[in-house]
Amino acid sequence: MNRVQTRLESLFTDKSKKRFIPFITVGDPSLEVTFQLVLKLVEAGADVIELGVPYSDPLADGPVIQRASKRALSQGVQLPDALLLGQRLREAGVSIPLLIFTYVNPVIQYGIERFFADINKFDLDGAIIPDLPFEENERARGIAAQHGTDLIQLVAPTSQERLALIGKESGGFLYCVSSLGVTGVRQEIPVEVRELVEQARANSSAPIGVGFGISTPEQVKEVAKYADAVIVGSAIVQEVEKYTEELINETTRNSALENVKKFVRTLTDAIQ
Amino acid sequence: MSQVYNSEQLSKPVNGRFGEFGGRFVPETLMNALFRLESSFEEAIQDESFQRELKELLTFYAGRPTPFYYAERLSEYLGGAHIYLKREDLNHTGAHKLNNALAQGLLAKRMGKQSIIAETGAGQHGVASATVAARLGLSCKVFMGEEDIRRQELNVFRMKLLGAEVIPVSSGSATLKDATNEAIRYWVSHVEDTYYVIGSVVGPHPYPYMVREFQKIIGEETREQSIAQLGKLPDELIACVGGGSNAIGFFHPFVNDDIKITGVEAAGKGVHTDKHAATLTLGRPGVIHGSMTYLLQDEYGQVQEAHSVSAGLDYPGVGPEHSYLKDSGRVEYTSVTDVEALEACQLLTRLEGILPALESSHALAEVIKRAKKYTKETTIAVCLSGRGDKDVHTLQEYFGNQEDSQ
Repeated sequence: MNRVQTRLESLFTDKSKKRFIPFITVGDPSLEVTFQLVLKLVEAGADVIELGVPYSDPLADGPVIQRASKRALSQGVQLPDALLLGQRLREAGVSIPLLIFTYVNPVIQYGIERFFADINKFDLDGAIIPDLPFEENERARGIAAQHGTDLIQLVAPTSQERLALIGKESGGFLYCVSSLGVTGVRQEIPVEVRELVEQARANSSAPIGVGFGISTPEQVKEVAKYADAVIVGSAIVQEVEKYTEELINETTRNSALENVKKFVRTLTDAIQ
Repeated sequence: MSQVYNSEQLSKPVNGRFGEFGGRFVPETLMNALFRLESSFEEAIQDESFQRELKELLTFYAGRPTPFYYAERLSEYLGGAHIYLKREDLNHTGAHKLNNALAQGLLAKRMGKQSIIAETGAGQHGVASATVAARLGLSCKVFMGEEDIRRQELNVFRMKLLGAEVIPVSSGSATLKDATNEAIRYWVSHVEDTYYVIGSVVGPHPYPYMVREFQKIIGEETREQSIAQLGKLPDELIACVGGGSNAIGFFHPFVNDDIKITGVEAAGKGVHTDKHAATLTLGRPGVIHGSMTYLLQDEYGQVQEAHSVSAGLDYPGVGPEHSYLKDSGRVEYTSVTDVEALEACQLLTRLEGILPALESSHALAEVIKRAKKYTKETTIAVCLSGRGDKDVHTLQEYFGNQEDSQ
């Protein structure tokens, strides 16, 4: 098959480099601030960005991202806004891979076909849908591929024999959930995650990203020893939450954005 | 998206689906647990010792079979069809919920789990789960919305008396939907040693199918009792539908018979307002709590809050098998308002000396509307899913002012 290499494929070509993937909730505290936050994340050294679509019932998320979702929903931010934000970021010159992180119901209501067509149309790179597990995502996988985009597959410590099944099908990278439970800052990342990553490697040719619970430079450094990419969500969203007022207020926004960037920089510095 | 009714689709879901409804829309972390649960369940129901133990508990502990009772004065008063009540209110702990909780409790033990968790709205399933945990020697955590904790103070204390821990949920609207979210989140973190007892025919496969199998005893008994007492099947079945477990349990053994079946949803303050829980009447298909089913949602797929005077019907989703029964046309779904249910509750209490739960009162309100249109040759069987002791406070608030003027 003759096709252009995707951004994610190019990114992971050089296996010696470890990649940093931050997550933020679109619309927290406003769409405009999210736009500027993404620019700062890029400056801070992000390699890929997950744009989280706020949802009323975020089953896989802990309290930090639940609160961010609520703030974004109170701004009226929805799935189409996340897609349009992606388009705007491209127009502003952001060239790294951008992924839409969303629960499945907004995608179903938008139309699965239309969703991946728009991801392609707006020059985004793919989607992560945490409540659309392997057995339910065959159709979405096919549609994503037709549009030259990736549906990122997730594996968890409980996946066991499912690793082989899922590992074969992951486009972009394989997302390893570090530990049982929902998203959120954890004191410790279980040592077993290393084993999970090794098993995943044995079952998949895709690069491996590890997420859930990673929040400190030390944890980033540790996980980067065996993973190709480290994903950090709640710790950054918590930082955004800390500066909510300052980010909303235009006179204090820039310094707040710089503060978030500084925090993210401590994580990206830890990765290499 | 109407589907052709196919009874095969109902005996057992195919790939976890009833037609296009159902499925397993959950985080990957839970998938293995769902497959394990499914195979343990299939093994258990084939195992005579499991069936025997369950039967003993249902007979000597729960008090089954529950009566199929002729509501003579109500029938006379309405002046049409003969009305029979399937008395699930006489089940131990006061509702049909125990049938399922007992069976899942036994399954949890069989799977070697020492801890169970449950979600609850009105508290009936929480009480049933706490009861089963006490009886089987398991530890029990019940997730309950703060709003419901306030509305159902007595049931909260009852669960604590039974030794369960009640975990308040403040996220979202702090009601059943959010309690279920939180129970699922907890389960994701403790999936290896915890069994999640879902209280209705909702959630990811195999729950809707499994809970139906544990509740179908309601309909099986009704069938036998109707034949024994009347020499025939009822002409129509009516039950209330929130998540819909009493209704599915009642309907299932009759879906291939030539009788009319009606499910009644909560219209709250009216289907023309935004305060209702009429999911099948006004929702559209979407995903909630791991299942594709009719759902109250906005145009973007955000789940909307439901409203009903009865906490047990206050749910924006519905069991996926009901969605299939609706689209295939096998079951008719309708709705009654808070006020109609409250009036029906009072009427049954006055005429029969039976105080029904406000959930069950929705089914009664539909019977009241219909019975007089029918001839005396017609028999309607109603699932009286629970008793109304827990609702006395709500009834007092509603009827309190009227008492003085009567």
